[in-house]
Amino acid sequence: MRRHNIRMAGVGGQGVVTASHVLSNGVILGGGESTVVPFFGSEKRMAPVESYVRIADGRLYEIGEIIYPDFIAIFHSQVITHGKSYTMPFYSGLKEDADILINSPHPLKLGADEERELEERRARVHYLPAVQLALQHAGRDVATNMAMVGAVAAILGLPDLDSLEKAVRARFLGKDFVASGGTASLDRAAEKGFAHKAELVEKNMEVIRAAHAYAIQHGWVHPPHRKRDAVCTR
Amino acid sequence: MDGAGNQRVVTPEYMFFEAPRTRSYITGSEAANEAVRRANVDIAIAYPITPQSETMQQVGELYGEGYLKDYYRAEDEVGAFSAISGASRTGVRCLTASSGPGLMRGLEVIASWPGHRLPLVFLIMCRAINAPLSIQPDNLELGYMLLTGNIVLHAENQQDFFDYTLAGFVISEKCEVTLPVAVAVDGFFVTHARGWVEMPSAELKLPGRDGYSEAVPMIDNENPPIRIARDAPIQKSNFISYQMHAAWQQEVHAAQERARPWVARYLDELIEVTNPEAETMIVASGSAVSQSREALRRAEEMGTKLGLIKIKSLRPFPREELRQACRNAKHIIVPEFNCAGWLNREVRATLYGCADLHIADGPRVFGGITMPTEMILEWACPGKQGR
Repeated sequence: MRRHNIRMAGVGGQGVVTASHVLSNGVILGGGESTVVPFFGSEKRMAPVESYVRIADGRLYEIGEIIYPDFIAIFHSQVITHGKSYTMPFYSGLKEDADILINSPHPLKLGADEERELEERRARVHYLPAVQLALQHAGRDVATNMAMVGAVAAILGLPDLDSLEKAVRARFLGKDFVASGGTASLDRAAEKGFAHKAELVEKNMEVIRAAHAYAIQHGWVHPPHRKRDAVCTR
Repeated sequence: MDGAGNQRVVTPEYMFFEAPRTRSYITGSEAANEAVRRANVDIAIAYPITPQSETMQQVGELYGEGYLKDYYRAEDEVGAFSAISGASRTGVRCLTASSGPGLMRGLEVIASWPGHRLPLVFLIMCRAINAPLSIQPDNLELGYMLLTGNIVLHAENQQDFFDYTLAGFVISEKCEVTLPVAVAVDGFFVTHARGWVEMPSAELKLPGRDGYSEAVPMIDNENPPIRIARDAPIQKSNFISYQMHAAWQQEVHAAQERARPWVARYLDELIEVTNPEAETMIVASGSAVSQSREALRRAEEMGTKLGLIKIKSLRPFPREELRQACRNAKHIIVPEFNCAGWLNREVRATLYGCADLHIADGPRVFGGITMPTEMILEWACPGKQGR
């Protein structure tokens, strides 16, 4: 059974929670099971934010934080360099043979202990130029979170791009989504940059597709039926 | 708006067992709110506290839509719980709610409800007790609730929170029960997270409360609000006081016992057992059950079969059921979200002398963190690392 426990970490204003909702909803719209647990203190820009996404093809019972993730997505380098994280170090609890996706155009300089521990766990660390992809394809860095979603989906092999598009539409065009006050004002700011909401959706999808392709080109995609999926180890 | 006027009254049996249900993906707060919508509630009074506030805020909207006859925010928890006592005495259907520190503030009044034989539903969205301040879902407050004489049900997930809340009103108002029913759920993990909930149509509602068919009749012009308030035992001789108090307290606990068949009927038994033949059994309540379900799945992948006993009702406590369910067990663990281990004490007291088995003193997490499945596996299968 394929199961994924994803921890997304970033800072306030980046859309970490939105990204986790889009990813999770994409899985559900594609016929899988998924849950989201957002986690933040006071809502303010640049303060630590984490969101946890569980993915399964059977029923999900677990609740709460993901203490032992098998995928970590870091939306902002300050999570690592400034310790803007609820979990220190940023890879704490990471299972063996797991993936770490970091939004940075170049590898970050990690401490010697960090390098060693990541190596001991056989972690695969991928650096995605998410801001650059957002600027290039949407003309706005506020779409950085969508680049992260696209790369995560490519690496895991799910959800597919059609399901992600449905999730993006539901998030920005749907009426059911209840955003917090801070997120609602960010939504309005994002909408102002585009002539229509439809354009906002299309630009977001362009970013998602570009990041999806980037991850595939760089060989980050999971081979099917990895050993780790057969035997669930921490 | 007259929301309640457009609803059709159905029997509890129809509402719980027969009415067709549709599935919604909603938060625990919304699930409780949907239960209240269908429960024909007359009045709700509460004081805000995280994580309870969201539900009671939504109930305020129900009032605006005409589903409740009255609703207000009290001055604090002592006020809210005292006011709901008064409301319940007048024979109307009552709802209140709180979390951790708010519950502790109102505990004196909460513990007086059963003695006054007041049917009502008290929602508890569990939160850590100060200090230090925390808003996270540690459920230590339920340890205090166990001694109050209230019926205490512990919901695992959003579906349970809907079902137990709706059933709570019916159980509470049964003549032989006539007690408050507390429906607890772990805050945030359930209240603020979404899950699938199957619900009967919102066009249905329970029959209203019948205040004349309960153990202690409601107040009206011919039945003035005297009870033990006017004839307080302390005004008599000490010996009368002892007798009265003893008889009254015994009656509260007897009423709890009499609630068993109703809890079993409407909650589908007081416990749920998975893999009854397993040698290692996990005994849990609330969201610790959900974590344990995943532990069972992973253990099976590693070739180990674990058993799980979900405790739905903490008061009355499923003593006989637990003894029966543990008759094959050699090893028991009790995962809990509090430092005191109140469920562990219940399990030990229940199984003492009944079976030759080992009961581990844990695992526990405190402060509001989730219990990782890996932690349950380490306690359930020592040596077999889940990590």
